[in-house]
Amino acid sequence: MCLAIPTQVVEIIDEEHAVVDMGGVRKTISTALLDGRSAVGDYVIVHVGYALNRLDPEEAAETLRLFAEFAAATKPPELRP
Amino acid sequence: MEFCGGHTHAICRYGIEDLLPPNLRLIHGPGCPVCVLPSGRLQAAIDLAERERVILCSYGDLLRVPGAQGDTLLKAKARGADVRMVYSVSDALDIARAHPDQSSGVFFAIGFETTTPPTAVALRQARATSWATSASIAITSSLRPRCERFWRRLPRENRRFNPLTASSAQPTSAPSSAAAYEFVAAEYHRPLVIAGFEPLDVLQSILMLIRQINAGEARVENEYTRAVSPAGNRKAQRLMAKCSRCRSSFEWRGLGELPNSALAIRPEFADMGRRAPLHRAPFVPPIIRPAPAPKCCAASSARKSARCSPRPVPRIIRWVPAWCRLKAPARRIITMADFG
Repeated sequence: MCLAIPTQVVEIIDEEHAVVDMGGVRKTISTALLDGRSAVGDYVIVHVGYALNRLDPEEAAETLRLFAEFAAATKPPELRP
Repeated sequence: MEFCGGHTHAICRYGIEDLLPPNLRLIHGPGCPVCVLPSGRLQAAIDLAERERVILCSYGDLLRVPGAQGDTLLKAKARGADVRMVYSVSDALDIARAHPDQSSGVFFAIGFETTTPPTAVALRQARATSWATSASIAITSSLRPRCERFWRRLPRENRRFNPLTASSAQPTSAPSSAAAYEFVAAEYHRPLVIAGFEPLDVLQSILMLIRQINAGEARVENEYTRAVSPAGNRKAQRLMAKCSRCRSSFEWRGLGELPNSALAIRPEFADMGRRAPLHRAPFVPPIIRPAPAPKCCAASSARKSARCSPRPVPRIIRWVPAWCRLKAPARRIITMADFG
């Protein structure tokens, strides 16, 4: 129950409903809790059939950049023959 | 310590513990309020589900939690009660709409602040449309009091070694704000990181915690910036405030009474029909009738003896024929507000 998963909006049904894709599974969810209109392509966090938040693409890119930096910093030393 | 079951899930699924150095140990925290729901509340839900013409809907995990004598909602279903597992509260509303002949559809609303906004939306929808025959047992929990109680119960040496930390994250954080966790840093002087749910999020959050510990700091940091803003989801917060109020106290299994730890439905959503005249509601099944007064008091008050001191009968369930003034009598909202 406490799993909230990021999903992508693939279709807008009306003001308060949208279809999202969760790894190939399509589900109609409510977007009543989001401010503003959703658009196809938005990433939203879905919990019990309701989108709770819209993911900020810039922040997501920044997090990915941090992860890459983290991975580079902790790269294991190359093995020598 | 990760507070949320979603993190425990990520940690176990991706084997994150095996990636950590031996001097670092994760403690799996208390998770959501489902398993700490007192058996009496569950038993009341089971009793309600076993009434005729009641459909009781709830999330799957609640159906397996034992009530009195190990009875569960799933066992009640096996005995013939109409108990339905739903993915979403909107499914419960759909079920209620599809069964207008049933006198009441009941939704057992349980969860943290994450699950409360969807319930609030459903309450608003149920109120705004006349089709829904819906009732709601609202037991949602607020994180902070349980957090504090958990903290105080830790032995002192554990408090020192395991800062209350990693990441009560997205489920609870998304609708509520990052500021809601400031008390951990301010009052308990422990670092806290709001973490995402991907394995790298969890690892990054652990690193952020260690950096704080090594620097001797105690701050609330947000690793999950792509989803959690400092203010949180204002719309969800407004809706929650509109539909629910804080209970002064609530008893949790294993934790005891905790002040301000649970929410109840606000009277304007819970008691809509109480203002409606009784004779307008001919189809109310016995369970949702107001409890009768004790017999000795039903007699004339002059005959009250000194020995007659009936305790007030607890009104477990209040019934509310909300729509019968305007619509057909069978269409009404029945709400379980204060449920004991």
